[in-house]
Formats: sequence, C-alpha cells, structure tokens
Amino acid sequence: MKTTARFEIGYEQLLDPDGKPMVKRLPAFANDKKTMLGLYKTMSLTRAFDTRAIALQRTGKLGTYASCLGHEATHVGVGSAMAEDDVMAPSYREYGAQFTRGVKPEQILGYWGGSERGNVYEGPAAGDFAWCVPIASQCLYSAGAALAFKTRGEKRAVVVFLGDGGTSEGAFYEGLNAAGVWDLPMVFVIVNNRWAISVPLARQTRAETLAQKGLAAGVRGVQVDGNDIIAVRKVADEALKRAREGKGPTVIEALTYRLSDHTTADDATRYREAKEVEAAQRKEPFVRTRKYLESLGIWDEKKEKALVAENKKTVDAAVKAYQEAERDSVAAMFDHMYAELPDSLREQREAALREAE
Amino acid sequence: MANRITLVEAVTQALAWELEHDESVVAFGQDIGANGGVFRATDGLQKRFGEKRVFDTPLAEAMITGLCVGMSTQGMKPVGEIQFSGFMYPGVDQLISHASRMRNRTRGRLSCPMVLRAPYGGGIHAPEHHSESMEAIYAHTPGLRVVIPSSPRRAYGLLLAAIRDPDPVVFLEPKRIYRLTKQEVPDDGEALPLDTCFVLREGGDVTLVSWGAMMNETLKAAAKLAEEGAEAEVIDLGTIKPYDSETILESVERTGRLVIVAEEPRTAGVAAEIAAEVAEKALYSLLAPIERVTGYDTVMPLFQLEMSYLPSVERILGAARRTLEAKR
Ligand SMILES: Cc1ncc(C[n+]2csc(CCOP(=O)(O)OP(=O)(O)O)c2C)c(N)n1
Ligand SMILES: [Mg+2]
Repeated sequence: MKTTARFEIGYEQLLDPDGKPMVKRLPAFANDKKTMLGLYKTMSLTRAFDTRAIALQRTGKLGTYASCLGHEATHVGVGSAMAEDDVMAPSYREYGAQFTRGVKPEQILGYWGGSERGNVYEGPAAGDFAWCVPIASQCLYSAGAALAFKTRGEKRAVVVFLGDGGTSEGAFYEGLNAAGVWDLPMVFVIVNNRWAISVPLARQTRAETLAQKGLAAGVRGVQVDGNDIIAVRKVADEALKRAREGKGPTVIEALTYRLSDHTTADDATRYREAKEVEAAQRKEPFVRTRKYLESLGIWDEKKEKALVAENKKTVDAAVKAYQEAERDSVAAMFDHMYAELPDSLREQREAALREAE
Repeated sequence: MANRITLVEAVTQALAWELEHDESVVAFGQDIGANGGVFRATDGLQKRFGEKRVFDTPLAEAMITGLCVGMSTQGMKPVGEIQFSGFMYPGVDQLISHASRMRNRTRGRLSCPMVLRAPYGGGIHAPEHHSESMEAIYAHTPGLRVVIPSSPRRAYGLLLAAIRDPDPVVFLEPKRIYRLTKQEVPDDGEALPLDTCFVLREGGDVTLVSWGAMMNETLKAAAKLAEEGAEAEVIDLGTIKPYDSETILESVERTGRLVIVAEEPRTAGVAAEIAAEVAEKALYSLLAPIERVTGYDTVMPLFQLEMSYLPSVERILGAARRTLEAKR
C-alpha cells in the first residue's frame, strides 16, 4: 500500500522546570526585559487573585469559583500574544488571559459573585466573548466571529480556549471543520490539564495527542509545554501571525495540570492521587519563570517582595470594589433580554419590581 | 407590472433586497448556493451577490447556528438556513445557550442580530423529521423572537423586519403554503412590524387565532361560518414570540369566543399560552370555553396519516360551532 498522507505533531519546550533554557537561542522576546517582566507580573497577579478568590468563596463571599492554579503560563502566554483587536473566547477559568486584555479582577469576582455586570468588559476585551459554560460550544461562535473578520478582509484573529474534556464534544469538531474549510483566522487553544472534573484524559480519547485532532480537519496542530511561558508565547505568536496573515488556523495543545480542585464545589482527593499532584507541582509554571528572570539578572528576592505587596494591594482594591458594588436591581434581569423591552416582558418586569418592594 | 409571487419567492425577494441594501447581511446554509436551496428560497442569490455573501456551508447545523451567533456578535447580519426545521436540534444549543442570552450575559455589550430560517410544518408528504411544528421550543426560550409568515406579502415584510431586528429571530416558513397562492408583493423594502398580529377578517361573533399554514384552513372555516350566519374575526399571529396579546384580547372582548388553531402538538404549546393569557385577562368577556384545535401529542406521523394529524377545516368548524352554541 502506498502512503497518501503523513502527519506529525511538534512539541515545543524552551525552559526546563528549573527555568534553564533548553535551546541555544531563545526567541528574541525572551531577552526583552519589559516583555518578560510583564508576563511574570501578570502571572503573579493571576495567582494572587486566584488564591484570594478561593478564600472569598470559602468564607461565603463568592459563589462557586473555578481556580486556574497551574494554568497561568498558558493563559498569560496566549493572551499576551493577542493584538488588541483580536477576539478572545474563553471558557471559564482563563483569568490570566483576561488580565492581559484589560478585564479587571473585580469584574471576574462580579461574575462569580452572581452578576452579569462582571461581563461588561472595556478596553481590548470590549469585543471579547464572555465566559462560556456549555463545554466547547464556544468553538462554534468563535468560528462565526472569525468568518466575520475574514469576510470583511480584516486582519484580526479569534482565540478560543477549551479543555481536554472539551475535545470530546461535537461542537469542537464542527468548529475545527469550519476553521479548516474556510481557512479561518482562528487559534484553538486546548488547555490539556489532564482532568475534566474527575475524568482523566485516558477516558476522553485514545488519540496520542489532542493537537492531532485538528489534522483531520486540515488544521495544523502543535503541542507546547503549557507551563513554559516562553514556549507558549512563541507558539501563540506564530499561530496568531499565521491567522492574521490569512495562512489559516492552528490548534495549540498546551500541556499543563490542574493543580486545584475542578471548582470550589469539587473535591479532587476523591478521584486522584496525591503523588500525581505532587509530581505535577514540580513542573508548575510560576517558579520556573521566576528562576529564568533571576538568571537574566532582572529579578531578585526584593523585587519579588515588592511585587507580592503590589499584588496584594491590587487584589485588596478589587475585593473592595466587588464587595461595595451595589446588588443588581430586579430590573436588570429584564432590561437586557431584547434591545427593546417587549410589552409582555414589560408587564412581568413591573410585577417583579412590585414584588421586590 | 403586477409582481405576483409565491411565499417562497417572497422569501427570496426579501433576502435579495436586504443583501442589496445592507452590506453586513450574508446568507448561508446547506445547498443554498448554486442549487438555490432545496425549496429554491435562495434561487439566484449566489450568482447575484457572490460567494462571499451567499454560500454553502459544511453539513453541520450546530455550526451553521454557531456561525450566525458569532458573526452577529461582530457586527454582521447573518441569515442562516436550516434545510428543514426538523434538523435544527443540533443547533438548538447555540440558540438557547448563546444566541438568546448573549445580550443579557454581557448586559448589552454583545448582541446577536441574526436570523435562522427553516421550512417547517406538515402536509407535503415528506419523509420522517421533515414535517413537525416545534415552534413552542423556541417560543419558550427567553430572548428569542419567533416569526411565522402565512402569505407572500407577510413573508416579505416579516423577513425584512427579522433581518433588521437587533435580536435573534427564528423564522419558520410554512412549506405547505410555499407555493399555494400568489400575491402581489411590491419590492419596496417595506418591513412589517414584529409586534402586532394581523387581522385578516373582521367579525363580531367568534375570534379565530392561528399562524403559518393553518391560516389557510382557518380562513376557509371563517368563510363557511359566514355562510352559516356567524361572522368570525380571523387573526394571524405572525410573530409567535413575543406575541401581540392586545389585539387578541380586544377581539375576544368583542366576540366573547375564542378558537385557537395550530399545527403544533397540544401540550405546552403556543396555543396553550394564548388560551392561558386570555383566561387570565378576559375571562369575564368569554361567553364560551376557549377551544384549541391543534395537532396531537403524538409524533408527527408519516404521511399516510399526516392529514389526520393536521387540524382540518371540519375540526375548526366543529370547535367554532361549539363556542357559538355554548350557553352561559
Ligand atoms: C456541555 C456541558 N456538559 C457538562 C458540563 C459540566 N462540566 C463543567 S466543567 C466540566 C469538565 C470540563 O473539562 P475540560 O474540558 O477538561 O476543562 P477544565 O475544566 O479541565 O478546564 C464538565 C463536565 C458543562 N459545563 N457543559
Ligand atoms: Mg481539563
């Protein structure tokens, strides 16, 4: 038999878990002080925010919350590679990516604190999609957004995040197929954190990689160490550049690990072993990045202390803003259902307002 | 001079008008390009407007619906076609989880000015899944608009309105009457309102409310009633959700009698909603119990029995006569 097609999946890793470069020459941005400090600071803020959000939930001050612990390099690396007028479609834990887009920590708290007001983003995120809870369904509207850009000849790309579990959904495959067939300016970022709540990756697929799931749709796929901020940023830069230049979509599979419970409503000790988590902990992204900065001579204990203090201030201010925000009025439930309130809904709105008095 | 066209041609005419006059409008679906759609609703549009504006998609309804959602959030006005309403379900997730709630989820930051069109309803001897009337699913979904035209002129005006509407519209086209009659439909770009029903016949004895293909039987029943000396007021709902209850209530207050005619299954249907609202707001005007003449709570049968499923003129007459004969 002849071979009619052959495929391969590349894997990018540039820093080892000790923050040591694994190649002779890192990408240029890795030597740019401002870029690297920016990435590290956003990762650090993300972690400080995450820790506080969990504490808020535990003390009854926040609803169920999905932690991003361990995903910071993937989220920040991808988000920071985006241009302002690109569009991001998150799932539900990509805070680090959102921070790079100007979403404020108090807005994220607002959402998990039970108000749609948390989704009213400004700045670069003003055109971004909000959280998407129905797994992988974001892949389809993301394709629509990308098709809009392509139709209008705009050099903009859509970045859509999903999880390893999400790759089992039909919507993911239909989205990929759309991206392939129209060569859409899209980047699918599969955050492979090995778990979909309690279901391990081996129960989702027999495929060797998730990156290869793009291949059947004619979409290139690449794997990256999702805990290596430099590698993530590099593959995201490349994928976005291709997308904006009309060279088509990419699937990035970022290998990382969900160090936390699935959400604050979950107890991961019920289904996974402590030693697996400990092993993953040794590869986490944060320390690695710091060590790399130290090796560049642009980071030290003193700066770290100052950053921790600064993050605390930022998060304190966000929590204060969140806690001081007025509760939603009952009217808010009605006022954004349609551009103009239909009569039938007006009646219901009035009744609800009377009830609330 | 007279531009007499069928309902399906009116759909084409409306699409062409909007494609011509609004650059952000695009139309897509399965077989809608060179083939012009299996019912020819997009006949000639690709040739006229090019493949960027009118195009075939892969065979994936969830994707078609999702494309509508995504494109509309980015300032376009997509009109997606699902080949038959029975194949909308893969895309219902996009409709219910996203299209209908995008505006609310983002407090108005993003919205979905999209239209999802599909031929719907029974009576054309089609195979399984090609004949059902499930408009209530969409009507039950907060945030959607559901529009069903029942004549060429209303198809034209309502489709224009649906495309121009800032919110997502499910536009169901009664395929049984796609080519039943021709009507003069001026191609003037005039939209019809989405917030009123249409009074097709005035009368003071009984109110008949219907929509879609059943308007045909309902009007026939009204003509028969007139021969029998009873004047029926016939109302075409047009927009199923949110619907204009005022016109219906005003009519029932005059006639004291209400018959709702619908192809949909009976339980939890749009007819049930109208009956409930009239009972709440106009009970004391009623001279007879409200009657519903609907499809049954059965699977839409294959075509040997479809005419037994669909409300007939006789069934409508029976219900109307019962209301007229009722003694309080
Ligand atoms: C369509 C759908 N089914 C089920 C759920 C419930 N659920 C929420 S998160 C989740 C696991 C998702 O795992 P993965 O895609 O790997 O993302 P991760 O949570 O690991 O980031 C499930 C089953 C859902 N939100 N949507
Ligand atoms: Mg996962």
